[in-house]
Amino acid sequence: MARLRTLVAGTAGILLASALAGETLAQAPTPARGGTMNIIISPEPPTLMLGINQTTPAAIVGGKIYESLLRYDLDLKPMPGLAKSWTVSPDGKTYTFKLQEGVKWHDGKPFTADDVVFSAKTYLTTTHPRSRPIFQRAEEISAPDPLTVVFKLKGPFAPFIMAWEPSTAPIVPKHIYEGTDFRANPANAKPIGTGPFKLKEWVRGSHIHLVRNDDYWQKGKPYLDDIYYRVLPDASARVVAMETGQTHLSAFADIETFEVPRLKAMPHLEMTTKGYEYLAQMVWLDFNLRKPPFDDRRFRQAVYHAIDRNFLRDRVWFGLGKLATGPIHSSIPHYDANVPEYPFDPKKAEALLDEMGLKRGSDGVRARVTMDQLPYGDVYVRAGEYIRQALGRVGIQVSLRSADVATWGDRVRNWDYDMTLQVLSQLGHPALGVSRLYISSNIRKGVLFSNVNGYTNPRIDELFDKAAVAADPKQSQAMYSEIQRILVGDVPVAWLLELEFPTFVDKRFRNVVTSAIGVRDGFADVYMQR
Amino acid sequence: MERLEYIAQRLLKGVLVLIGIVVLNFLLIRLAPGDPAAVMAGEAGAADELFLQQLRQQFGLDRPLWEQLWAYLSNILSFDFGFSYRQQRPVIDLLAERLPPTLLLTGTAFVLSLAAGVTLGVMAARRAGRWSDSAITVVALFFYATPLFWVGLMGVFLFSVTLGWLPAFGMASVGVTLTGFDHVADLARHLLMPALTLALFHMAVYARMTRASMLEVRDQDFVRTARAKGVGEGRILRRHVLRNAILPVVTIAGMKAGYLLGGSIVVETVFAWPGIGRLAYEAVLQRDYNVLLGVFLVTSAVVIAVNLATDVVYSLVDPRIELGA
Repeated sequence: MARLRTLVAGTAGILLASALAGETLAQAPTPARGGTMNIIISPEPPTLMLGINQTTPAAIVGGKIYESLLRYDLDLKPMPGLAKSWTVSPDGKTYTFKLQEGVKWHDGKPFTADDVVFSAKTYLTTTHPRSRPIFQRAEEISAPDPLTVVFKLKGPFAPFIMAWEPSTAPIVPKHIYEGTDFRANPANAKPIGTGPFKLKEWVRGSHIHLVRNDDYWQKGKPYLDDIYYRVLPDASARVVAMETGQTHLSAFADIETFEVPRLKAMPHLEMTTKGYEYLAQMVWLDFNLRKPPFDDRRFRQAVYHAIDRNFLRDRVWFGLGKLATGPIHSSIPHYDANVPEYPFDPKKAEALLDEMGLKRGSDGVRARVTMDQLPYGDVYVRAGEYIRQALGRVGIQVSLRSADVATWGDRVRNWDYDMTLQVLSQLGHPALGVSRLYISSNIRKGVLFSNVNGYTNPRIDELFDKAAVAADPKQSQAMYSEIQRILVGDVPVAWLLELEFPTFVDKRFRNVVTSAIGVRDGFADVYMQR
Repeated sequence: MERLEYIAQRLLKGVLVLIGIVVLNFLLIRLAPGDPAAVMAGEAGAADELFLQQLRQQFGLDRPLWEQLWAYLSNILSFDFGFSYRQQRPVIDLLAERLPPTLLLTGTAFVLSLAAGVTLGVMAARRAGRWSDSAITVVALFFYATPLFWVGLMGVFLFSVTLGWLPAFGMASVGVTLTGFDHVADLARHLLMPALTLALFHMAVYARMTRASMLEVRDQDFVRTARAKGVGEGRILRRHVLRNAILPVVTIAGMKAGYLLGGSIVVETVFAWPGIGRLAYEAVLQRDYNVLLGVFLVTSAVVIAVNLATDVVYSLVDPRIELGA
């Protein structure tokens, strides 16, 4: 079937997104110009140049300075960004983007298709480990005219359309970076983007001051005069800052989960968990499948049954999460809930362990394992402590091993672990954020976020390969559904929760969360109600 | 003249100690598990061999260890402390930004703690056995036993959240341009709580030490002689008792300089004070070797300088002490 799809164009998408944002964070009738927003940032980003650092803090601040070709609504449908429209050829191999007119870089130079070609072809394939494999799928990237960019792919790759948010594919100025050492370019300290805000001042350790870009291509926007990102490393100080109104916005893990109910009740604040759909973070228990008893599927199933995930969600994450059903997050395309289930059932867990021959010893212990604590915050430490207790009840004695991020990373990437919690984003599509964890070609010692647990299944490899390049969405859905059924049956890891994050906003600020990247978006539409 | 010679000698020794510290730290950091390239790759949420290799090559981490050490030592002779891997900025710039706030914080805390500690110690010693002595001892014990972060948080709760008198965090008000006296007043308002938090623990130490030392000196023969000669109590206290009792306090104060810098990490975190302590903490987590080495070097230099100053002050306070003897 010949098809030429114009995915989204014009303002309809933006209006739809605003409507979908729902709740009180969405649009009110008359946006007013002016106002200053103080926002918590923690930890302090190392740089704001999104091409060389993609940490969440860098993406939050850098997302106001840099833009990409597209944005995504809360259902992950593409919306115009620096591209005002786009088409995909019938064979799914050619993507043509028409760019917005009158866009200028923060230094006044015009933005053109050459900047996009340079960013995708040269810059990002050099500096950005996440976008390199995406853009290396392009056979040719060209700019037939200053406002058109054409990507000819080696083969169809449907997730290509999901790669255009600012931290995955920031468009950088060719006139500043071409022919330079990208990492050492002095412009990294004074970022030049096309975004709605410009960097005014960065007092390291204290604050980052952004000011309105008066030449922004969306006339009349942004509305805010200034944004101050306040660096607040202490969790208690962050709560106080929101409580006393010294800051107006917190997001991600700024607020400890146990403080969320208290802040939620404050009359000057409102909370949403929207705006994390693109990242779609999931926490899971990763098993090193090279080591017994983890090499036995029954053991992994027993562990899964022994963990009360409702308890984890309600008591550790204070309700901020959903029970995961399998490897794909429910907000990501191709999710399928029709998979085997692993309800909390300690008796079944014990039966599986008995069947394996792991009988309780005189001390009541069937097996002894070590769990590396995920050093990304106290909530994961508490989750680890719960898991130790839960597994202890079925006779699996867990020793917890704590370390800092660098040490933990070293152990996991070098396969020196029994089991550990892991958390990772799914980046809008299973081919971008899920397959890398399960395909055997990605078992690479020394590389974090690869297939570290060593899961190998030729059928899974084949399905992931084919599903990513299938031109027919129905075909790819069928393959992704099969992938989910196989993986959930095999339990290479125990998927625990789809994480939700609380974004707290001072009620005077409107239109804060209007897209699937939430507070990492440009804030061109955010305004302060008088 | 002798004093100048002594100071020059000590400075030379200080430089040798610093070189030793740099070499030791250089090796110790690299012994710790964790690799800056892998940490940065982790931050990108993805990694491949090419990316890791690129980073290691750029940071010089693929060169032999002795070569890296030699390059580092040669560079610091020209005050080139290298580049922060993570922040992609010269370490000297980072230190220049972050050291002054820490020196302001710890310097203020040092003066406050010494002044208040010695005063309280003298008061307690003069009223030894009375209720005011007990009260001072209890207060000193309380702050001696209480963790800094808790004192800080309670301060924030009382003075910022409940009373609204002082800002909860930061070093200056942002979003306003203040000059002259207004700027100083704003800085002082921000400084008060973190400096007091840091000072209270050390104040307790000095108060207890001054009291004990005063009580010991008070019963010495030369004090009795002075009293027998009819010297007034005030003069005895100032010239005879306190001057002798202060000597161990001066020693401890010099030694505590390092502790003050260490304690500043906690206080800087609680109060979001943009100092070198937080920079060091973040550099440890990120394995940002050059930043960490730079911080160690600078803080070691500060500690060595303070100890030298302590020795000089010691000789001034007590003429019996001969420098270099």
